Amino acid sequence: MSSLVPVLPDGFVVIVKRECATCQMIEPVLKDIAACSTPLTVYTQDDPTFPESVSAIHDSDLAVSWHNNIDTVPTLIKVVNGKEVDRTFGWLAADWQRITEIAELGADLPAMRPGCGSMSVDPDIVDKLRAKFTDSPVIARTVQFSDAEDEFEAMYARGWTDGFPVIPPTRERVLRMLTGTTRHPQDVVAIAPPDLVELTVEKIAINAVMAGCLPEYLPWVIAALEAVCNDQFNMHGVLATTMPVGPVIICNGPGTRAIGMNSGINAFGQGNRANNTIGRAVQLTIRNVGGGRPGEVDRATHGNPGKISFCFAEDEVGSPFTSLATERGIPLGQNAVTVFAGEGPRCVVDQLARTPEELTNSLVACLQTVHHPKLVIGFDAILTISPDHGRVYAEARWSREKLIAELTERSMTPGADLVRGAREIAEGIPPHLRDATLPKFRPGGILLTYAGGGAGLFSSIVAGWANGAIGSDPVTRVVGS
Amino acid sequence: MASGITILDPTNESKPATRQTLARPASIKGLTIGLLDISKPRGNLFLNRIEELLTERGAKVLRYSKPTFTKPAPVDLRQEIATQCNLVIEALAD
Repeated sequence: MSSLVPVLPDGFVVIVKRECATCQMIEPVLKDIAACSTPLTVYTQDDPTFPESVSAIHDSDLAVSWHNNIDTVPTLIKVVNGKEVDRTFGWLAADWQRITEIAELGADLPAMRPGCGSMSVDPDIVDKLRAKFTDSPVIARTVQFSDAEDEFEAMYARGWTDGFPVIPPTRERVLRMLTGTTRHPQDVVAIAPPDLVELTVEKIAINAVMAGCLPEYLPWVIAALEAVCNDQFNMHGVLATTMPVGPVIICNGPGTRAIGMNSGINAFGQGNRANNTIGRAVQLTIRNVGGGRPGEVDRATHGNPGKISFCFAEDEVGSPFTSLATERGIPLGQNAVTVFAGEGPRCVVDQLARTPEELTNSLVACLQTVHHPKLVIGFDAILTISPDHGRVYAEARWSREKLIAELTERSMTPGADLVRGAREIAEGIPPHLRDATLPKFRPGGILLTYAGGGAGLFSSIVAGWANGAIGSDPVTRVVGS
Repeated sequence: MASGITILDPTNESKPATRQTLARPASIKGLTIGLLDISKPRGNLFLNRIEELLTERGAKVLRYSKPTFTKPAPVDLRQEIATQCNLVIEALAD
């Protein structure tokens, strides 16, 4: 710790600042308290000559205010044998009289007047104070740039970015980011591929700062990294594959609305800070801590722009279906992330279907093209229904289960049309499946979600990577605190 | 001078924090080496001799010069060297 924790003296302690009108108003009160037998110590935050009625100690580095959690001035604290036994803040005559046991204290003042913000919680300096005074177990190596270096260029030069600028992860910013979680900075969240190194909360917080996250996004970033760093999701394989996939993050729960995620207009696109920076923080962490960089372990033939960030929330309020998280076993009301190894989204246009059967036939026709119309079972997909398409199903009272069952049934295709060489296309399924009749997707292979703006008779498909043990399975994790 | 801002290392810290130099080539034979004259007087004499020595050792030498030693090399010149050469020697002389 950078400074000793100041011990408050016994008696009455009052913290004030001249800038505060309420502090100025209670100057006569301080003089009255000083006249009684219990000692009075006044700390002044801004002007060492204030208050003039009694002598005061200048809390110039705000150490007293910080360590005693002063949010408001004036604050009156009663200290007995080195311990705080009572406290009030602002001016509440009854409280001040009770604590000081001076019956007529401030009797000529209004009964109540709110105080002002303490300088120790001023948003402009609170991060510096936290960095200075918090005994934080942040242990990351520090890197000092030279004064001739532009810090943004320096971070590019060191290979720490995804091609866009990143925010310099100063100690102040990282400590502020860590206020977003109750977890200890040195908690190991996962073993990060491909270098298989211990991924701590601290390292995630550093990369979350760089990505542009707010502290309240950090638990979502942590949960998403827990979800991708395991054998089931197989982040190493998702990096190494030549296919154009990256982690697509689907967020569920009331917390998506609390942190302002976008599940509506342009839900997959640019513009929303939470959507874009949560996904980006996950990718930067894999790049910087895991060591997964394009051209090295990442061997994607084309990649896709979603590998910078692809993260969205389901519109659970508007949805006619149970949510993806509920389907995957998460209790209602819990926050959760589901990660899926996916490529970019593609649009399904159907502006004419008015029955659920017609619309489902359109969706199936487009879903059949996932990766190749003659390849089945081996790839999963996210299907995101828009409000305009969702209304068709809501009016017909089709549930999630009904829609999935219909999609599966209507996708059944004779093996003879899918085998290698059929339809004069070399690609296809092995010849021994010629006599089978096959659905496009394995059971559970359609991740049905609901999102998008209120206008547009379109839905969206995100195709996946090889599924199951040879590839990646979707993983769902609860978002912690 | 290390007096710029200080940040926390976002990596797994398996490599030193300072910028790394590239590995030295085992041999210069067959490599293309750029000689960049920064346009100070007599720099060309020094570089002529370097070119002789490198050519003797089997390297191909390409010559470049900056318009003036008082300013950094223009972007076009840096990119030209980067695309044409394996190695570059920048000469200072007075």
